[in-house]
Amino acid sequence: MNKVRSLDDVINQVKDGMTIMIGGFLGVGSPLQCLEKLSEKNVKDLTVIAIVNSYPGGNFDLAPLFKQKQIRKFITAHSGTCPEAIQAYKNGEVEIEYYPMGTLIEKIRAGGAGLGAVVTPIGVDTLVEKGKEKITIDGKPYLIELPLRADIAFIKGFRADTLGNIQYRGIAINSNPVMASAADYTVAEVNEIVELGSIDPERVGTPCIFVNAVVEGYPIAEQQALYRELWIKSGYLHPKAE
Amino acid sequence: MDARERIVRRTALELQDGEVVNLGFGMPVGIANYISPEKAIIFQTENGALMFGPTPELGSEDSDFANAASQPITLLPGSSIFDIATSFAIIRGGHVDVTILGALEVDQSGNIANWAIPFDEVKYLPGMGGAMDLVGGAKKVIAILKHCDKNGNSKILQSCTLPLTGKGVVDTIITDQAVFSVTENGLELEEIAPDLTVEALQMVTDASFTINPNKVREYQMGF
Repeated sequence: MNKVRSLDDVINQVKDGMTIMIGGFLGVGSPLQCLEKLSEKNVKDLTVIAIVNSYPGGNFDLAPLFKQKQIRKFITAHSGTCPEAIQAYKNGEVEIEYYPMGTLIEKIRAGGAGLGAVVTPIGVDTLVEKGKEKITIDGKPYLIELPLRADIAFIKGFRADTLGNIQYRGIAINSNPVMASAADYTVAEVNEIVELGSIDPERVGTPCIFVNAVVEGYPIAEQQALYRELWIKSGYLHPKAE
Repeated sequence: MDARERIVRRTALELQDGEVVNLGFGMPVGIANYISPEKAIIFQTENGALMFGPTPELGSEDSDFANAASQPITLLPGSSIFDIATSFAIIRGGHVDVTILGALEVDQSGNIANWAIPFDEVKYLPGMGGAMDLVGGAKKVIAILKHCDKNGNSKILQSCTLPLTGKGVVDTIITDQAVFSVTENGLELEEIAPDLTVEALQMVTDASFTINPNKVREYQMGF
C-alpha cells in the first residue's frame, strides 16, 4: 500500500461546508502547502478547528482562508493573532467558538479515542460553562464537554514513510498527533517522504493507521529559510551584536 | 525604569529554585530575563516543551523550535518535548508550581479577567488560550498588571467587570505600585512603592485591602 498523493488529489477531497482540522501552533508545525492549496481552491463555508490562530501578523498560514471568507465557523482557544480573522469576526462573516486550550485538545482526543465526553473543572464559573451540563464529583463541579471530530484533518510531520507512519521534529509536534486520530480522512504533509522501514518504530509519533494520505511539503532547508525570513521580519530574531 | 520593567523585575523575585513555571503571553515572558543565575527554574511552554533557554542568535534558530508566541527558542540540557495533550495534562493536572499571567482586571476576591474584551453582544476577543487551564491547575497564580489604566482608573477592583478567566484563583497581585496577597479576608498589602503613602495607594485602588503595619515592606526590586 502506498499512501503518497499529490497536493491536488487531497485538496480535491475538500468540499464546501466541510469541517476540517488544521494542525500546528501559530504557524509552527503547520501544513503550509495544504493551506496554500486550500486558499487557491477557494472552498467555502468551512468549519475550521485549530488550537490557536495564524502566525502573528497575518498574510500567512491560516490568514488567507479568513481573508477570502472561506471560513464560516472557527473553533479555537485563541484568535487574536490573525488580523484577517479579527476583521471577519467584527464584520459578522465568521462565528468563533472558544474553548480553553486544554479542553479543546481533550475534546479532539475524545473524538479520536471513542470517548463520549470530557469531564473537566476548567471553565466552571466562567462564560465557558454556558449551555453545558455540569456534574459534581466528590463535591467538585465539572463541565461535560463533548467530543470533536472532522471530515478531514491536515497535519504536519517531519518524515513519513509510504505507509503513512509519521515522525515529528522539535516542538512542531503540538496538536498534530491528536488531530490525526480525530478525522474521517487524515492528510499528513511532511518535509520528506522516505521508504518503508526507514523510520525507527520508536520514532513514529503517529502510527500509519491514522493517516490516509501523505503529501510532500517544503523540504526542511526551504522551511528553515522561510521561518528565518519570517522571524527576522517579525523582530523575533536579531543579527549577532558585534 | 518604566512600569512594565518594575513589574517584571519584582515578579522575578517570586520564583524559587527548582520550581516548574509557566509564563503567560505578553509581559510575563520577559520575566525569564530577570531570574538570578543561582536559581534553576524549569520553564514550561504550553505548545509543548519543558526547560527552554534564551532566544537563539541568527543562524542557530530552527523553524521547528518556537515558544507559545511563535518566537524562536533554544532548549537547555534536560529539556523535553511533548504534544499539546501532554502539555495540558501538566498544566491542568497540578504539575506546574507557578503561573504568571498578565491581567486586564483583578479583584479583591481573587478573580481575574484576562481573555475577553467584548466588542458586540456575546462576541469577544482574543480568546483564553491556555489561561483558564493555567489558573485552574497551577499551584500558585500570580497576576501582574499596571495598577491603573491610561486614564488613571484602578485595575485592582472590588469586583471584575470583564468576563472572568477564573473565580477566586489568584494568590498574588503585583503591580507597578504594590504587591498584594489574596487571603480569605480579601487583599492584604505586602509591599508598597517607596515614593507612595498608604493613603495615596488607597486613592488609586478601587479594591479595599488590609494593612498590617508591622508586615508591609518597601517594594522589592531585586536582580
